[in-house]
Amino acid sequence: NWEQDGFSQGYHAIGYIFLPGDGPQKRFTAPPVNSPAWTQVSPKPQTQPLPVFTINYPRIQVPFEITLWILLASFAKIGFNMYHKITIWIPESCLLISVGLVVGGIMYAVHGMPPAVLTSNVFFLYMLPPIVLDSSYFMPTRPFFENVGTVLWFAVVGTLWNSLGIGVSLYGVCQIEALGLKDINLQENLLFASIISAVDPVAVLAVFEDISINEQLYIVVFGECLFNDAVTVALYNILSFVATMPEVETVDVFLGMARFVVVGLGGLFFGFLFGFAAAFTTRFTAHVREIEPFFVFMFSYLAYLVAELFSLSSIMAIVTCALTMKYYVEENVAQRSCTTIRHVVKMLGTMSETLIFFFLGVATITTDHEWNWGYILFTLLFAFVWRALGVFVLTQIINPFRTIPFNFKDQFGLAYGGLRGAICFALVFLLPQNITCRNLFITATIVVILFTVFIQGISIRPLVECMKVRRTNRKLGTINVEIHKRLMEHTIAGIEDICGQWSHYYWKDKFKKFNDRVLRKILIRDNRAESSIVALYKKLELQNALELLGPAPSDLSAAPSLMDLHVETKPTARTKRNFPASDLRNMHELLSKNMYKIRQRTVEYTKKSALPNDSKVREILIRRHISIRHSFRVGSFPRTVWNLNVSSLDNAEGPGLEDKQSWKMTLHPCSGSRGTDLELEPLSATSSVSQLQRFSSRQERPLQNRYHQPERREHELGQQTSREPIAEGLWGQPQRDSWTAHRYSRSRDEHRPGGGNLPPSAPTGWAQEPLIQKGGGSQNHLNRRPHWRPHNPHGPQSPGQVD
Amino acid sequence: MGSSNSTLSKIPNLGRLIEETGFTPAHIKRLYKRFQALDKGNKGYLSPQDFGSVKELATNPIGDRIIGAFFSQGQETVDFHSFVRILAHFRPLDKNRAKRPDSPEPINSRISKLRFAFQLYDQDNDGKISRDELLQVLRTMLEMQVTEEQLESIADRTIQEADLDGDNAISFDEFRKSLEKVNIEHKMSSRFLH
Repeated sequence: NWEQDGFSQGYHAIGYIFLPGDGPQKRFTAPPVNSPAWTQVSPKPQTQPLPVFTINYPRIQVPFEITLWILLASFAKIGFNMYHKITIWIPESCLLISVGLVVGGIMYAVHGMPPAVLTSNVFFLYMLPPIVLDSSYFMPTRPFFENVGTVLWFAVVGTLWNSLGIGVSLYGVCQIEALGLKDINLQENLLFASIISAVDPVAVLAVFEDISINEQLYIVVFGECLFNDAVTVALYNILSFVATMPEVETVDVFLGMARFVVVGLGGLFFGFLFGFAAAFTTRFTAHVREIEPFFVFMFSYLAYLVAELFSLSSIMAIVTCALTMKYYVEENVAQRSCTTIRHVVKMLGTMSETLIFFFLGVATITTDHEWNWGYILFTLLFAFVWRALGVFVLTQIINPFRTIPFNFKDQFGLAYGGLRGAICFALVFLLPQNITCRNLFITATIVVILFTVFIQGISIRPLVECMKVRRTNRKLGTINVEIHKRLMEHTIAGIEDICGQWSHYYWKDKFKKFNDRVLRKILIRDNRAESSIVALYKKLELQNALELLGPAPSDLSAAPSLMDLHVETKPTARTKRNFPASDLRNMHELLSKNMYKIRQRTVEYTKKSALPNDSKVREILIRRHISIRHSFRVGSFPRTVWNLNVSSLDNAEGPGLEDKQSWKMTLHPCSGSRGTDLELEPLSATSSVSQLQRFSSRQERPLQNRYHQPERREHELGQQTSREPIAEGLWGQPQRDSWTAHRYSRSRDEHRPGGGNLPPSAPTGWAQEPLIQKGGGSQNHLNRRPHWRPHNPHGPQSPGQVD
Repeated sequence: MGSSNSTLSKIPNLGRLIEETGFTPAHIKRLYKRFQALDKGNKGYLSPQDFGSVKELATNPIGDRIIGAFFSQGQETVDFHSFVRILAHFRPLDKNRAKRPDSPEPINSRISKLRFAFQLYDQDNDGKISRDELLQVLRTMLEMQVTEEQLESIADRTIQEADLDGDNAISFDEFRKSLEKVNIEHKMSSRFLH
C-alpha cells in the first residue's frame, strides 16, 4: 500500500493533511490514481513494455502544490504593489485574504471538497518562526529599548486585559437563554477570547506614514505586535490545558499565573543564550563567508525549538535571540552575508504570512460554518470595545511615566488599528477537537478577522485624515510657510536628538559601558571602538555606493550638483516672475513629495512588508558627507576652517581648483558608463593646470563663484566619494588608497593651520570672507597627482583611522 | 536629594541660568547629565565632534546648521551655559507669564524662536536671507531628483511671496510676517523640554 511508504511521511512532515481529525485517508488528487495503476507504473514493468512517457503526479504532489500556492500568493503580491495607490488605502492583508477567498471558491467549486489545511505542527514549527523572526530582526533596537516599558505594558497587560474582558463578557452573554449557548463554559470562552485578542496593528502603520511623525507610536505598535503574539500563544497554551479540565480551582489560577511568568522568562533566557552563541560563532567565520547567514537562521531556529522542547515561550526565545544577535552579527559578517540574511529573513517571513492569509481565505469558503449571529456579533462588539477601553485606560496609566505622552490621535490609532491577523486564525484552527462549539469559534474568528481587516483596515486612513484635517489648518499655505515649517520640524527633531531621551538613561549608560568593555570584546571579531557615526557611515557607504552609481544614473545626472563652474551668480536684481497658478500647484506638490521627512531613518521602518529602504538616508548622508567628517575633527568647525582656508588660499587653491575641475569633468558624462568617467581624470589634470593659470590671475572672482554655490560642490563631492569603490574596482588597490588617502589626508590637514584645504562643505555658506589676495602662488602641480596636497607631511593615512 | 544637590552645585551661576532660561532645576540637572554624556573626554565643553556622536543628527538634512547654531561666532566650544541657553529657545511657552514691558524678551518667546529659525537660514548674519542662502537650504531639504530649475523657481517664489521691500532678500521682519499665521510656539517647542 503506497500509503505506508515514505509518501505518507512526506505528507505529515510537510503537513499537507486534509481535514483536522481525519487521518490521511482522503486523497487529494488531481488525476485520480488508484493503487493498482500506481504500482503498475512503479519499477516492475514485467507485463508491460517499458513506458516511454509516464506521469507520476502523486510523487511530487505535495511540494508541487505548495510551490504553486506560494507562487500564486507571490503573483498576487506583485499585482497589488503595481498600483501603489492601492497599498496606501488597503492593507495588504486585505488583498491577500481576497485572493485566498477567490482561490478557495475555485477549489471548492472544482473539487467539491475542502482543500488542505494546516496542522498544529506545521504551523508552530514551520510557519510561525519565520514570521516572528522577520518582525524581530527588523525591529529598530534603540527606539525599542527606549520604549521597552511601554511596549511590554501594552503587549502583556493589554492582551491580558483584552482576553479577560472579552472572555468574561462573552461568558455573560452565553448565559442569555435566547442564544442557546449555555454549554460554553468560562474556560472555553476565555480560551476563545485569548485567541481573538491577538492584534496585529502593524498593518496600519503604512497609513500613519505621512500623517504622524511620532516615532514613539511606531515603536510601540511594532513591539506590541511582536510581544502580544508571545503572550497570546502562552495564554492559549495555558488555557487550552485548562479548558480541558473539568473544574478549575483557585490553585490552578495561581499555577497558571506562575506558569505564565516561567514561560516568559524561560523563553528570554534561551533567547539570550542562543543569541550570544550565534554572535560568538560569527566571530570566527571570517574564512567561511558562504555559510554565515546559516548561523543566524539555525541559531534562532534552535532557540525556538529548544524553548518548545521545554514548553517555554518559543516566540520570546526567538525574539530575544534575534535582538541580541543582530547587533553583533552584523558587525562580524561580511556585507554580502548581511544583505543575504536580511533578504532571506524578509522573504521567509513574508511567505509565511502570505500563506496563512491564503489559508484563511480558502478556509472561509470551505469549512463547515456554525452560525450563531448573537455570539458572533457580540464577539465583534466586545473585541472592539475592550480594545478601545484597554488602550485608553492603559495609556492613561502609563502616560505620566513617558517622556512623550500619547495624545488622542495616537490612542485612536492604536485602538482602531487593532486588526486581527494571521495568528488568530491559525490558533483557532488548531483548537483541539474536543472543544465544544469549535466550529462556532472558527466562524466567529473568521468574521472578526475579516471585519477588522477589511472594514477597519480600509476605513482607518480616511478617518485619520479627517482628524488631521480638523486639527490642522487644511488651507494650502504659501510656499514660504511650507518650507519654513519643514525646516522647523527638522530643527526640532535635531534638538530633540541632541537632548536625547531622558528616561532609562542610567541603564542605557550602564549597558553601554558593559557592552563596550565586555561584550564587544568577546563577541566581535575586530573590536575597534568606532564612533557610531563613522561605523554607520562606512557601512552605508560601502553597502550602497555601487548600487548608487550602477543602475541609477538618474541620481547623478539629475543632481543639481552638475552645475557648470563658470556660471556666475545671477545678478541679484531679477525681474519679477509671475507664477501662474499651475506652477504654484506644482511647486506645492513638489515640495510635499520631495522634502525629506523628519527622522528619515525611522520612517523607513514603518513598512512591515518591505525591506527597510535606506536610499533616502543614504542620500542625505552622502550629501552631508563632508560635513560629517568635519564634525569629527577638532577645531574643524566650518567657520573656523573657512578662516583657516582663507589665509592659506594661495596654497590651497591649487589642488582645490584642480580637484574641482577634475570632478566637474568627470561628473559630466557620468550618466553613461563608468569607464568614461575615470578616463577623463588624467586629462583633467592637464586641463586644470590651464584653468589654474587662468584662475591665479583672477583669484577673487572664480573663488567667489565657487563658494557661492558651495552646496553644489558638496554634491559633487558627495558623488565623488561614492565613486571611490569604483576606483577601487577598476583600477585596483593603489588608486583606491590614493583616493581614500586623499580624502583622509585632506581631512587630516584640517588640523594644521595653514594647511587648510578647501573643504567644499564650508558650503553651508558661512561667512563670505573677503578673499585675501596673495601673490599668484600657483604651484606646479603637474608633477604630482592632482589629488595630492602640495605639502602633506602626514602622508597617506589608512582609511581606518578617522577619529 | 543628595545627589541632585551635588550635581546642581557643580554648575556655576545656576541661579542666573535658571532665571534666564526658565528651566526648572530638575531640567537643568537632566541637561547637565546629557551634557556630560555628550562631552566625551570630560573636557567641560562640547566641540562639534561631540555632536557628531548623535547618530540621528547625521541623517538630519540641516544637522550641521543645527550644530552650528550652538557655536556662536568664531567659537569652537560650547560650555554648559551656552548649551542650555540655546536649548531654552525650544522650551514651550509659559502660559501665564506676566508681561513686564521692561523685562528682556524671554528666551523662548515667539520672537526668539523665529530669530533662531531665521539664523539657520542666514549663515552670514547679514540680517537677510539672500536668494543663495535660501537655495542652499532648499537643496539640503529636497531630494536629489529635484532639478536646479525647480529649486530656483521655488526659491524665487518664496522670495516673491515674502519680500515686501523689493530687495530680493528676506529680512527678519518679512520672515516674521510670512509666518504670522503659523503656530510657532507649538512648532518650535520640544516636548522633551516641557
